[in-house]
Amino acid sequence: MNLIFGISMVSIIVFAVLLIFTFSFFGWNVVKVKNNISMGKPLDRSDRKKERLKTMLLVAFGQKKMFQNILPAVLHFFIYAAFVITSTELLEIIVDGLTGSHRFFADSLGFFYVIVISTIELLSVLAFIATIVFLARRNLLKVPRFQMDEMTGWPKLDGNIILYLEILLIVCIFTMNGTDEVLLNRGLSHAHIEGTSFGFAVSSFLGPLIFGGMETDTLVVLERIGWWGHLIMVFGFLNYLPYSKHFHILLAFPNTYFSNLNQKGQFNNLSNVKKEVENMFDPNFDPYVAPPEGEAIAEPERFGAKDVQDLTWKSLMDAYTCTECGRCSSACPANQTGKKLSPRKIMMDTRDRMVEVGDNRRIKGKDYDDGKSLLGDYITQEEVWACTSCNACVQECPVNIDPLSIIVDLRRYLVMEESKVPGELATMLTNIENNGAPWQFSPADRANWINEE
Amino acid sequence: MSNSISVPTVAQMMANGETPEILFWVGCSGSFDDRAKKITKAIVKLLNKCEVKFAVLGQEESCTGDPAKRAGNEFTFMMQAMQNIQVLDGYQIKKIVTACPHCFNTLKNEYPELGGNYDVIHHTQLLNALIREGRLKIEGGSFKGKKITFHDPCYLGRANEEYEAPRELLQKLDAELVEMKRSKSKGLCCGAGGAQMFKEAEKGDKEVNVERTEDALEVKPNYIATGCPFCNTMMTDGVKFFEKENETAVLDVAEMIANASDL
Repeated sequence: MNLIFGISMVSIIVFAVLLIFTFSFFGWNVVKVKNNISMGKPLDRSDRKKERLKTMLLVAFGQKKMFQNILPAVLHFFIYAAFVITSTELLEIIVDGLTGSHRFFADSLGFFYVIVISTIELLSVLAFIATIVFLARRNLLKVPRFQMDEMTGWPKLDGNIILYLEILLIVCIFTMNGTDEVLLNRGLSHAHIEGTSFGFAVSSFLGPLIFGGMETDTLVVLERIGWWGHLIMVFGFLNYLPYSKHFHILLAFPNTYFSNLNQKGQFNNLSNVKKEVENMFDPNFDPYVAPPEGEAIAEPERFGAKDVQDLTWKSLMDAYTCTECGRCSSACPANQTGKKLSPRKIMMDTRDRMVEVGDNRRIKGKDYDDGKSLLGDYITQEEVWACTSCNACVQECPVNIDPLSIIVDLRRYLVMEESKVPGELATMLTNIENNGAPWQFSPADRANWINEE
Repeated sequence: MSNSISVPTVAQMMANGETPEILFWVGCSGSFDDRAKKITKAIVKLLNKCEVKFAVLGQEESCTGDPAKRAGNEFTFMMQAMQNIQVLDGYQIKKIVTACPHCFNTLKNEYPELGGNYDVIHHTQLLNALIREGRLKIEGGSFKGKKITFHDPCYLGRANEEYEAPRELLQKLDAELVEMKRSKSKGLCCGAGGAQMFKEAEKGDKEVNVERTEDALEVKPNYIATGCPFCNTMMTDGVKFFEKENETAVLDVAEMIANASDL
């Protein structure tokens, strides 16, 4: 008896330590992510709250944009639904883990408990199928958008790791429930309920089928492996998220809430440029006037973006939200015609660089400069100039990421800070400045068409 | 085709003590590009026929700044924008129609923040309104029974979510309107946007307009209808690339409507 009490005390302590570590580490990462996103420039997205909520409910919660492509949408929905429902079970895991109880809610919730667990089981079966299909699409069928240049190495592995973990998790769930069904049937389950079966939708059949012939000792061990495996998988997954493309399961919600609600064709007007041009138009403006006393002369702000700090916080949140599905790149006209540009790579580069800058700041101090930048070391000029600004990438993104705004900010830096612009575009810009048209025509000839045959 | 057109400038109209019902923003392409000028004329003929009291800015019009903005030059864009807003506000312009989705998008979406507030519509929207008001009547004419496919301009479609206005017009031609495999929000760019019109494309294995023209030619149309002068150029070049000029013509929706009305 003392031995069993001892084991149960040890397991409670181990669980408590694991629980504290899981949530502390996750909390630490959340703060890190928040700090990294805050490196971006300010942007006001606090307006139109109702519209924002509606967008979030439709696009993130309802997965509206996913359903443009029905097969992956349905499969993805299985995993999504299974994930959401399975998360509720976390509550029981925590109660059981901390008190040493077994299936704490089984007795008090009665039939409702059977419904919840059965739903989890049914969705887990569907999620299992979906996971297998997803693995096949990535590795056997080689769906083109998973085979692009940026999808080698870690991004490829990351995509597969999640799917393997998913399978392991489901196996653990069914091992746990299946063995417990058999144990209950033998009158040996630790759950405080009457009867010979829990009545779980899948394991009441699957359990006896797979585990029915096993020794009771083996079942007890397997049941514990299932339980611990299940929770270690969930805790591990939670802490894997911030390092993985899979972070979208959490960030999809804020990211769609803070969507750009304007027409996609509307590019923002740079306020610092606006001010300078307004001054040029203002006959009373004196460029030599000293700033009012006590006010420091502000350092001139950079035009456009060279590095991640020059992008808005929303662009940085976009980068964390990207799950590298590649719908943007397969819709991109430049990408489809063999150009280097891939909107997905723009997002992945932005994220990698953001994490690098964030780590540098944390470890080596706020002002540390590693001499690298997003533009140049991650994204090349060739990529930036291949964009037709057609908005197909923005349209396709299931979580409302906007790669175009990053591309435009990078162009702005190239043109306005470095004057690095393709020769023909320099001519076009000069023409607009001199003739008010992108071609070399005299403004005096603008109305000639009226009298031409 | 009748050649007499009446195109007053706002300055002339104002001098006569009149104000235009709507300003026709011709755009650089519509003013200078030989192919696009034909689209401009078709619109003018339709406006004349419907007795719309419109005017143009003439020599006072200047580039909206769209290509400069897409190319990343905010300075040039804002110089153009503020100069244009001064002119437009000077004439107290309230309503603008344009045949170029790039001008349309810039005037409609990017000028308000700089102080230029106008009711801006695309010519396909105006023509629809004229039909609804009973001012314009169209019959199929030479397009009866022909196969037409419409290429969505990015800056009218995805950028401003106007997919129906051009299609409604085309449906009035008693023709067979066939959609390409990628259309409306899924429509593929012609390759001209984002200032690409003014430069060589980056290295790749294909031109974007060729890829898009393939989509169009797949449905074997008699006509590829466009609603943007730049798309028109790109699709025309694409059809030439495939040497299909004899089977497939590229026309702006306005040209087709004018043509059907024997203008």
